[in-house]
Amino acid sequence: MLLIDCPHCGPRDEVEFHYGGQAHVPYPVDPYALSDRAWAEFLFYRDNPRGPFAERWVHAVGCRKWFNAIRDTVTYEFLAVYPMGSPPPNTSTASPPAHDSAHDSGSDPS
Amino acid sequence: MTAHRLTGYRVDPDLSPGHGIDRDAGITVTVDGASVPAFTGDSIASALIASGRLGCGPSIHMSRPRGILAAGVEEPNALLRIEARTPGAPSESMLPATTVDAVDGLSAHWLQGMGVLDPAGDDAYYDRKYVHTDVLVVGAGPAGIAAAREASKTGARTVLLDEQSAPGGSLLSGRDETIDDTEAVAWACAALDRLTAQPDFTYMRRTTAIGSYDANYVVAVERSAADVAAPASAGVARARIWHIRAKRVVLATGAHERPLVFADNDRPGIMLAGAVRTYLNRYAAAAGQRIVLATTNDSVYALLEDLHTAGIAVPVVVDSRPEPSDRARAALEATGARGVFGAAVVGTSANGQADASDTGGTADRGRVTAVSFASVDGSGRPAGAVETVPADTLAVSGGHSPVLHLHTQRQGRTRWDEAFAGFVPEAPVSGQSVVGSANGAVSLGTALEQGAHAGHAAAAETGARGPLVVPTASASAPGPVHPLWLIASPGAPAGPHGPTAPRAPADSEAPTTAQPLAGNGTPALAPEHWASHFVDLQRDQTVADVLRAVGAGMRSVEHIKRYTSISTANDQGKTSSVNAMGVIASLLEDADPASVGTSTNRPPYTPVAFAALAGRRRGDLYEPARVTNIQPWHVAHGAEFEDVGQWKRPRYFPRAGEDMDAAVLRECAAVRTSVGFQDASTLGKIEIRGADAPEFLNRIYTNGFKKLAVGKGRYGLMCGADGMLFDDGVTMRLAEDRFLMTTTTGGAAGVLDWLEEWHQTEWPDMDVLFTSVTEQWNTIAVAGPRSRDVIATIAPDIDVANESFGFMEFRETQLSNGIPARICRISFSGELAFEVNVPTFYGLAAWELVDDTGQEFGITPYGTETMHVLRAEKGLVIIGQDTDGTVTPQDAGMGWAVSKLKDFVGKRSFQRTDTARPDRKHFVGVLPVDGVTRLDEGAQLIAAGTPVTPEAGPVPMIGHVTSSYLSAELGRPFGLALVENGFNRMGEIVRSPVGGTLVDVEITSSVFIDPEGKRRDG
Repeated sequence: MLLIDCPHCGPRDEVEFHYGGQAHVPYPVDPYALSDRAWAEFLFYRDNPRGPFAERWVHAVGCRKWFNAIRDTVTYEFLAVYPMGSPPPNTSTASPPAHDSAHDSGSDPS
Repeated sequence: MTAHRLTGYRVDPDLSPGHGIDRDAGITVTVDGASVPAFTGDSIASALIASGRLGCGPSIHMSRPRGILAAGVEEPNALLRIEARTPGAPSESMLPATTVDAVDGLSAHWLQGMGVLDPAGDDAYYDRKYVHTDVLVVGAGPAGIAAAREASKTGARTVLLDEQSAPGGSLLSGRDETIDDTEAVAWACAALDRLTAQPDFTYMRRTTAIGSYDANYVVAVERSAADVAAPASAGVARARIWHIRAKRVVLATGAHERPLVFADNDRPGIMLAGAVRTYLNRYAAAAGQRIVLATTNDSVYALLEDLHTAGIAVPVVVDSRPEPSDRARAALEATGARGVFGAAVVGTSANGQADASDTGGTADRGRVTAVSFASVDGSGRPAGAVETVPADTLAVSGGHSPVLHLHTQRQGRTRWDEAFAGFVPEAPVSGQSVVGSANGAVSLGTALEQGAHAGHAAAAETGARGPLVVPTASASAPGPVHPLWLIASPGAPAGPHGPTAPRAPADSEAPTTAQPLAGNGTPALAPEHWASHFVDLQRDQTVADVLRAVGAGMRSVEHIKRYTSISTANDQGKTSSVNAMGVIASLLEDADPASVGTSTNRPPYTPVAFAALAGRRRGDLYEPARVTNIQPWHVAHGAEFEDVGQWKRPRYFPRAGEDMDAAVLRECAAVRTSVGFQDASTLGKIEIRGADAPEFLNRIYTNGFKKLAVGKGRYGLMCGADGMLFDDGVTMRLAEDRFLMTTTTGGAAGVLDWLEEWHQTEWPDMDVLFTSVTEQWNTIAVAGPRSRDVIATIAPDIDVANESFGFMEFRETQLSNGIPARICRISFSGELAFEVNVPTFYGLAAWELVDDTGQEFGITPYGTETMHVLRAEKGLVIIGQDTDGTVTPQDAGMGWAVSKLKDFVGKRSFQRTDTARPDRKHFVGVLPVDGVTRLDEGAQLIAAGTPVTPEAGPVPMIGHVTSSYLSAELGRPFGLALVENGFNRMGEIVRSPVGGTLVDVEITSSVFIDPEGKRRDG
């Protein structure tokens, strides 16, 4: 049972949260400018790294707020939590999550 | 109470401490019908041993005689069914006799490796508790107590769990040990007495940590004292499942001893040496009267001394090590016992068939009568003559395996420790430490030191500090360990299949290995000579089985254990897992057991009753049910309910003698010809507010919402970014900046999440807020040609004429009984229909008003089944029934609701090659050609002429039936379906299986009634 540090409510059990997949994959500003391939990559392709991974969580049965987190996919340890729209912080063992080309054409809501 | 029969196996108080028993509290238990005297504190196993009976049920597959092997949870043989203690309660199966406390009057029966679940219901209470702590210590042996003491005195909140009923762990098995110059068991009890007087310290006895999960979340089972002492009383939980979140965890879980693998090593009377010592010192029970010891390490010499003190004969100690260690030499000198070094037990003799007149029936059947041993030479073959000595018991120690289940459940790694000859933690898991024999500590002094330091450090890591005090005990340097994985039988032919004798190590660091490979990498040992060398007693698996697995090409322990079933019984291989790895490594000529991989321990550490896991979440408490406050009326009127999400919704309201079909046909006819009403309160309702609410809805829905006028509603479709239908519903504009969205009943929570996600993660600057108001409003659907008459009466203040109150409009008003209401003209049946929304407080009153008012028109309550039929007749889709996440609005025939003017979530995906295909699966109607057969929902559809034979191979499917009903209006069954290229197959006859035969089905429009839409205005 993960212990997740909601930025608004503090540490709570994993069952209060929903997982939101990879972070920093913004909705493309102009989806129609993308090739089918690039659009499909936005829709369906996500990174699956071994180690630190920036991902989205929502405190679904708590404050209902979305936030970002860096989590190690090997140890499941949360290395950082940070607000939606913020760039990923430097965690000691974390390298910034990779963006692929499809994602670069979008913009972060920050 | 039966009179006590002293048997000669219960040792006198001056000869054994008997730490665990109360000799003044004599009780009686019954095993297989025979009375067994016991003392309070005995386990069933110790009571039996104290009666000279260590035979148990036969082995699972081979029916070989077996006896008690161990003294704890690792016991593989002695499995019991405990009979119900109170009438009607269930019996419990598969309980090791070593773990069941003897209580007066308890009755048990031996099992042959397998139990039967008692079908009787378990009505006892089981509770679930949650606790947060700074430091959790698992195991109240010396290391655990030392850890708890150092942690607790800093003020850190500390929880100490222990599976035993008394503190001390391994100390309970010993005697004459001292800690801080105090007798060790007394030290443990005194330490616990002081600790439990401290604030924020909790000691939970009879509590087993069964699982360790992320972020130091540990689940434990506490068996109640009441359960042990007496039948469960009302209101007292029989067991509690503890969910413990700890900042730091100290694992002081001890070690399990390993048996030795030699011919007929499963005979009754062959026991773990540590267990023999536990029975002697803790329970004052002598396992036998002539006990041979066989070992690979120093641990049996304490047993030798204790047996000597108790006056029990030890004819010989057979030690695999070439030379006696200091410890061995001292003990042999002190006791005068004979030690044979560089030797191994190679076989035993046993009793023949049982003497049926014996009180235990099977008590002595197959029991050891003599032990044969031989020295092994430098290459591992028996050297010199085999010597045989009479003995009734053989106490074996093949080394020790640290109990690391909780460590490895957290992906903690282990490494093979050559000196300890066991898997020890490579490093503790983050936030945890492992101490004592679980960490490979051999001496008491080392265990105490590790425990004290770990408890001190754990508390310090939570911010609590105190002086570190390490309890002192004699710390003897451990002698070497000389593992023996395979011990060949004397006389087994060396023959063409290779040597059958084990090869002894050249030095003490290398374990004994056989020479099993015949040059081509396959084992050369003949399985028939290894068929009674048991590796897993509970699974009846031998070295011969491992040989077959290796011969079949398997090399990894993970494969071999699945091929053989070794370590997969409910003891999870506590005595067999490492031995299996040693055997495999020997057969493969690998240096150490770690080279064949490691197996993974999974929770639970020991079996746990499902009833305990379920706790009180049974029956009505299994899952919370949501009901509307009109529910009492539904119940009073005989509704049959169905689950929709967590809601209980009336499915239909049968009258006397009606089945569902009859009731639904009647309800449908009432709506189509007069008026019906339905409780639609469960539909999700989300209020959306903010200056950007119109723009937000415009982006979320496929159709436009910006221009929706206040006072009107619109049906909208939502898609995922992939363009697939996700939810639908009507949204009303209550004010310029305020909307009320309705969703499907089951989709409400998901839609709210969806809106929040897009707002918070993509468009955080938009001024919009979402509030679930599902439970704030009751919704009553009033449908049918006479619905306007009903509404006109209950809402006298509004003009309900079609010209004044148009379709998809709503009015705020007051009902005739004074209830405030919002009435909408919405139809999910194609008929003239209204929805009356009232604050929840008035829901039942409004419902009854509609009911009363409609009586003159024969108003009929209807349920979800009728609602489904009515909407299907009109070709209206139900998201999630007629769609499955691969259906676009266009596929569903609702391209009309997809805006071409604006962008919205999912629109880009409609241009994807696959999504834009004209021959995707389309939403169509299906009519069975014979006019009477009802198709099966979910049934496949195939093109006419498609062969359905084995010869023709796989049958290409063109779609499936999504909905199928009888229609009162049509006078026939009909259905809806998703069919490849369906829009272009109108009139085509396809086929669908019904009850094993294929029936012809016509593809039609999905709209079966009133395609012109004339009825909706009445």
